[in-house]
Amino acid sequence: MESQLELIEQSIISRYSNRVYEALDELPGNFTITDPCIYGHPIVFASHGFLEMFGYSKEEVVGRNGKMFQGQGTCRRTVMEIREAIRAERAIQVSLLNYRKDETPFWILFHMSPVFSEEHGRAINFVAVQVPIIRKPLHPKHNHGRHQFCSCEDGFKSRDILLGSCRREVCTKPLVESSHEAAFEAVLDSDRGVEAEQLCEASELEKQKAITSINNILSVLTRYSALRGKSVSERRCHVEGQSLPNSALVTSLGRIEQSFILIDPYLPSMPIVYASEAFLKLTGYDRHEVLGRKHRLLSNSCTDSSTLLQINESIRNAKPCKLRILDQRKDMTSFWNLIHISPVRNASGKVILIISRWNFPIPRREGEPQHILFPIPNFSPSVTYFVEVHMEEGYVNQDGRMLSPEIRQLGTIAAVKVAVRSATMGPCSSG
Amino acid sequence: MLRIKRVPTIVSNYQKEEADGSARSVGGCGRNCLRECCMQGAKLPLYAYKRANKVGSEKALAVDEPREAPVAFLDSLLLGEWEDRMARGLFRYDVTACETKVIPGDYGFVAQLNEGRHLKKRPTEFQVDKVLQPFDGNKFNFTKVGQEEVLFQFEASEDSEAYFTPAAPIDVENTPSFVAINVSPIEYGHVLLIPRIFECLPQRIDYESFLLALHMAVEAGSPYFRLGYNSLGAFATINHLHFQAPTKKITITSSGVKISELLKYPVRGLVLEGGNLLQDLAKMVSDCCIFLQDTNIPYNVLIADSGRRIFVLPQCYAEKQALGEVSSEILDTQVNPAVWEISGHIVLKRREDYDGASEENAWRLLAEVSLSEARFAEVKAIIFEAVVSAGVAGGSDMHLQEAELAPKEVDPINSTTASAMVTGNHECMVLQ
Repeated sequence: MESQLELIEQSIISRYSNRVYEALDELPGNFTITDPCIYGHPIVFASHGFLEMFGYSKEEVVGRNGKMFQGQGTCRRTVMEIREAIRAERAIQVSLLNYRKDETPFWILFHMSPVFSEEHGRAINFVAVQVPIIRKPLHPKHNHGRHQFCSCEDGFKSRDILLGSCRREVCTKPLVESSHEAAFEAVLDSDRGVEAEQLCEASELEKQKAITSINNILSVLTRYSALRGKSVSERRCHVEGQSLPNSALVTSLGRIEQSFILIDPYLPSMPIVYASEAFLKLTGYDRHEVLGRKHRLLSNSCTDSSTLLQINESIRNAKPCKLRILDQRKDMTSFWNLIHISPVRNASGKVILIISRWNFPIPRREGEPQHILFPIPNFSPSVTYFVEVHMEEGYVNQDGRMLSPEIRQLGTIAAVKVAVRSATMGPCSSG
Repeated sequence: MLRIKRVPTIVSNYQKEEADGSARSVGGCGRNCLRECCMQGAKLPLYAYKRANKVGSEKALAVDEPREAPVAFLDSLLLGEWEDRMARGLFRYDVTACETKVIPGDYGFVAQLNEGRHLKKRPTEFQVDKVLQPFDGNKFNFTKVGQEEVLFQFEASEDSEAYFTPAAPIDVENTPSFVAINVSPIEYGHVLLIPRIFECLPQRIDYESFLLALHMAVEAGSPYFRLGYNSLGAFATINHLHFQAPTKKITITSSGVKISELLKYPVRGLVLEGGNLLQDLAKMVSDCCIFLQDTNIPYNVLIADSGRRIFVLPQCYAEKQALGEVSSEILDTQVNPAVWEISGHIVLKRREDYDGASEENAWRLLAEVSLSEARFAEVKAIIFEAVVSAGVAGGSDMHLQEAELAPKEVDPINSTTASAMVTGNHECMVLQ
């Protein structure tokens, strides 16, 4: 297994040209770059200013998760907001209580922004700028992080908007508490004790500083990624016809060792949106040759058409199926492939993104008969993908004490289901 | 005698007939069950774990002692067998089709809308003021489940190595322990661990059973796989020992068992961790549990962090309910606050409760479960007198500290889903 350390070392230089380190080192300010595609979402770069401010050496920070700077007084809700922003691959700006190496707490304005790959549209890095807040806390009595319970109460739908401004609203209107909230507050006080830290609000100047800093870093990354021939962008570029798993999901899926692909069932071609390492090894294809291609990439003219029909039926009816099919590798050699197909659901059952990708019924022009180009699938929108697990027939275990190939394939389906379910379990039901 | 009416959870497909009051079948019953009538020549996979003495830190497991599991216990064996039962249609519903979300807030409570779990059952009366009740062979117990509901046998390896056998005979004499599906799962991978099934143990914790559950948490080795336990009177619906298992985060164990008090959490409880040996931790936790059950205090136990942290939570919800002290607003939700609810995975039965789920509501429900501050102080004091002081004499180094139950963290980056649970028997869940 490739060591975590190697991955971390390679993270930056595999995406940006060699001189990116110099360029980043020249940038002022305190910032870190993290890699969500590596297990544990580690820091892969930390600026001099950052290391100085926190009192750590580079070696102590690179490879660790950003949560190492949080401590007892750090508002848990803020941490959850950051996690959710990471999950949803969007930018966030919040005040955050961090701790130096010597354990002294201090307030920073935390501004994080995803960096997307133009190649496949996924977040490949997150850049986080930390601007120290040099001010006294406002409203010492009322501006407790807990007040945010209230501000988000008007429903999850508005949460996206609230995330950015939530804290601010709370700070400026500390007295808008209904009796209902006050009662809850009382419960909290008696049950949870009083936390010492008060929320600290950043000034406009500090906010502007964070934004400028982020923009500078993003422009460096964009420039040096172009030199590498793998452009990145601060905006998610939509790769045509692909519902790509987010980076959190890709990381989870990357840990599953068997051969499998994920299929997007909502497009007529049913393209492959994820392919595991073992699949690429089994078939001889490169990842970019596979993503976006129709799911039966491995079929050829010799493939039995009734078997193919069976697969399509199974997908259309959202039913699992298992069968044996003659498939072909990239080098044209064929093999008997034992496959399992199963629908995979997300956690919420309400993925708006997916619904918007339904491309039927086709709007009808005057006088034209109504066409439906693709039969409407019979499954609910909570089915996000289909997983297809492969195993070459004749594959034998080294010794008879192992699990049967059947159970191993089912285990793979299970692991994919678990990964998708957890990656889509956010406070707001966006996919 | 205090009783409440409650819709029992169906954990096995063989539980229905009994609940429906149909006559019990006798003799070679043809149901492929686990009793003598059907056991001749029956075989089940067997996973034997290596008797680890110590719960290592995450690093220690990865580096110092590369664990040579014969099969990937959680990912391949448990989940693979589970998916197989799903493909065979043994579950009452597809839990992945149940809407689930993280409730916004500091704690990251999880709400699940599960309209199917308690459907079409008549409420049954449960006695709630007796934590220890004798085993009743006439009532449903796990020897009545079908063999297809059992995933594998789980036991300690005779020699020092772990091993796996795809089809091992069931040796009744050897008092095997089984891992079975819960046909009403609350999460993908939800299983039941039934220690020494043929001994027909009633629902109570003893040292051996608890150590077995702890080993299962170690073997699963995932922070997302946790084990839970409900005592009778704390929403165990079956009086036959079982554990349930879901998962969590890592803290490094110190030497000696550290006992802490849970803070900033709606349910008051104790946290036990560390211990020079895994057995030290098992002994201390089981002593606490034995004391609670002997003292007739209902409680729930959660094994988290791959066996590194154990939460012991005395509770009084059912008693309050029987005495009519729970508000009708909370009763109307029909939520039974058992171990999963207490650890933050709240299964809701009504759409309106799910849509309106908030941290405030979850907190209010859980606060009803908790002993009052005064009562908890009392219980804590007697536990320390009875168990801990004896333990100190026995050489374990113990100190009371304050701790926080980190919320069940659904980490978008590190998550892998798996949970298991134990009730009356230990149930297990895998939740990524």
